[in-house]
Amino acid sequence: MEKLKRMAPSTRSSFITYGMVIVAYAVMEALLSGGLLKSSLKGLLVPICAYVVMAVSLNLTVGIMGELSLGHAGFMSVGAFTAVIAAAALESTVTSGPVRLAVSMAIGGVAAGLVSLIVVVPVLRLQGDYLAIVTLAFGEIIKNIINCVYVGLDGEGFHFGMKDAASLGLAADGKMLLQGPMGAVGIQKLSSFTAGFLLILLTLAVALNFIHSRAGRAVMALRDNRIAAESVGISPSRYKMMAFVTSAVLAGLAGGLYAMNFSSILAKKFDFNTSILILVFVVLGGMGNIRGSVIAAAALTVLPELLRDFSDYRMLVYAIVLILVMLFTNNPACKTVFARFKLGSPAKKEAV
Amino acid sequence: MTILSNLISGISLGSIYAIIALGYTMVYGIAKMLNFAHGDVIMVGGYLCFCTTSYLGWHPLPAVLLAIVGCTVLGIVVERLAYKPLRSAPSLAVLITAIGVSYFLQNAALLLWGSDPKVFPAFFSFSGQSGVALLGGQLNITYVAMITVTVCLVIMLALTTFTGHTKMGKAMRAVSEDKGAAQLMGIDVNFTISMTFAIGSGLAAIAGVLLCSTYPTLMPTTGSMPGIKAFTAAVFGGIGSTPGALLGGLLLGVIQIFAQAYVSTQLSDAIVFAVLIVVLLVKPTGLLGRQVREKV
Repeated sequence: MEKLKRMAPSTRSSFITYGMVIVAYAVMEALLSGGLLKSSLKGLLVPICAYVVMAVSLNLTVGIMGELSLGHAGFMSVGAFTAVIAAAALESTVTSGPVRLAVSMAIGGVAAGLVSLIVVVPVLRLQGDYLAIVTLAFGEIIKNIINCVYVGLDGEGFHFGMKDAASLGLAADGKMLLQGPMGAVGIQKLSSFTAGFLLILLTLAVALNFIHSRAGRAVMALRDNRIAAESVGISPSRYKMMAFVTSAVLAGLAGGLYAMNFSSILAKKFDFNTSILILVFVVLGGMGNIRGSVIAAAALTVLPELLRDFSDYRMLVYAIVLILVMLFTNNPACKTVFARFKLGSPAKKEAV
Repeated sequence: MTILSNLISGISLGSIYAIIALGYTMVYGIAKMLNFAHGDVIMVGGYLCFCTTSYLGWHPLPAVLLAIVGCTVLGIVVERLAYKPLRSAPSLAVLITAIGVSYFLQNAALLLWGSDPKVFPAFFSFSGQSGVALLGGQLNITYVAMITVTVCLVIMLALTTFTGHTKMGKAMRAVSEDKGAAQLMGIDVNFTISMTFAIGSGLAAIAGVLLCSTYPTLMPTTGSMPGIKAFTAAVFGGIGSTPGALLGGLLLGVIQIFAQAYVSTQLSDAIVFAVLIVVLLVKPTGLLGRQVREKV
């Protein structure tokens, strides 16, 4: 305890975040082995992990870099479908399930990173809402393209096509992996809660170390005042690219984890609404606050499930909760009340 | 001839986008917020019109007027309850609230009207014809297309006159330039912003009726995709600019219809968005957007 107090505040805060995730994992595992978890909640464990990773990675773009991204699900989609194809291709060479999951997720992450290198060109040129609309457009383009792609695998290797399943000319023993609008089918369920937990730890390590590194400080300096930061020799393109690509790679990994939790997955799953959902996690958790993203993502994924008693009304209640939370957390009168509860951190005075 | 008829349907679709984009652009110009719930106001307008004509048997004209009034009231109420308390909050907080409102409207519609698509009645057919055939039947122009384009042009002219020559319009321009200074000059900023939302939502109702007359299926999610497209159109033309919204909307509509007809139906959205990205790379503030010089 003494040692915890002597740490730098940022290190302490990081340790609290790691500790929180580890405790949450231990509690969930205990509940799982005790059979106390409802099956509907059990099915949510891996998606929660994927959404936590998505929220943390989007926080790098929105919170740390300060640019609004409305197409984060696009990277998730690229990661998800690449990982699914990779996992099917590696089925005979890598027999161990967890290893295959890790390798195919990594391939998914790399693919998302490569795609983000294309998107980063407008990201460096545009600002504000114009950038937001480009990321939105990109997410929709990805969804549309995946909706038209057919991929099959047989003894000779991969077959790609844009028309239909028959035009691929698969051999008799071949297997369809991606069927255009029907999405990816016949996915082996490789994901597990433990894998999700490890991915969250990896993501936290990457994100927190990035934020507290020289590069992270440079990105935040660019966010707070681009002109001042540039004038002391910080290159905007270099550091923004670093933050953006890191965020995309993490999203790709999360996509791989998410996709391999289901037996089939559609490109429609990763549309504009999913991007917005993740943005909601980030904003509710607090921009630039990694721990907040983790909590908000987990809580808001479980919330609709907890509201199941309201049946038809649950999404309506969800919307009302969302609006009310935004109104209360941003209301000046409520802010002072909140500030009183925060012991040890006196309310910051705003510069006029 | 198919080129010509595609062009006409593109312009007609583009006019609808332009009317929706006007709502986005006006609200953005004055309140500096992206009103994501705008697309869902379109859907509400469509449903209001549908209910009064199909269930109550009203004549289309009062039904459309009721839809406009209903959406205007809805816009003002939403602004008062959800956006006004957040006037000084960070823009992303307002954005999330707008998303909340959008979810709310969609789910409320789902509860009220169910998820099964409703078939919107055809208003614009005269003496049994839905359009006029020109050039010996080779070219068919629907009445809906004609009315849509006319309505769009009328709205554009009315809005330009309104913002340019009335006291309220002057107040709107002043608020969009500098809220603080406008307040000091005795302009009621809150009232001006409410008015903007009212006009934008009223336009959304008109767009909703036109959209549902052109594509006659009505679902709780009907408004979301046209909403996104119109937002794209607003940015395409330069957000905050009224002629930009018209230009952006028309171009987007024409590109979409041509991509559907000549390239691929499935990829048409991807093509629209790809063109948008290319345009923004060349002109980073949209076609008619103002280039704001950065000052240190």
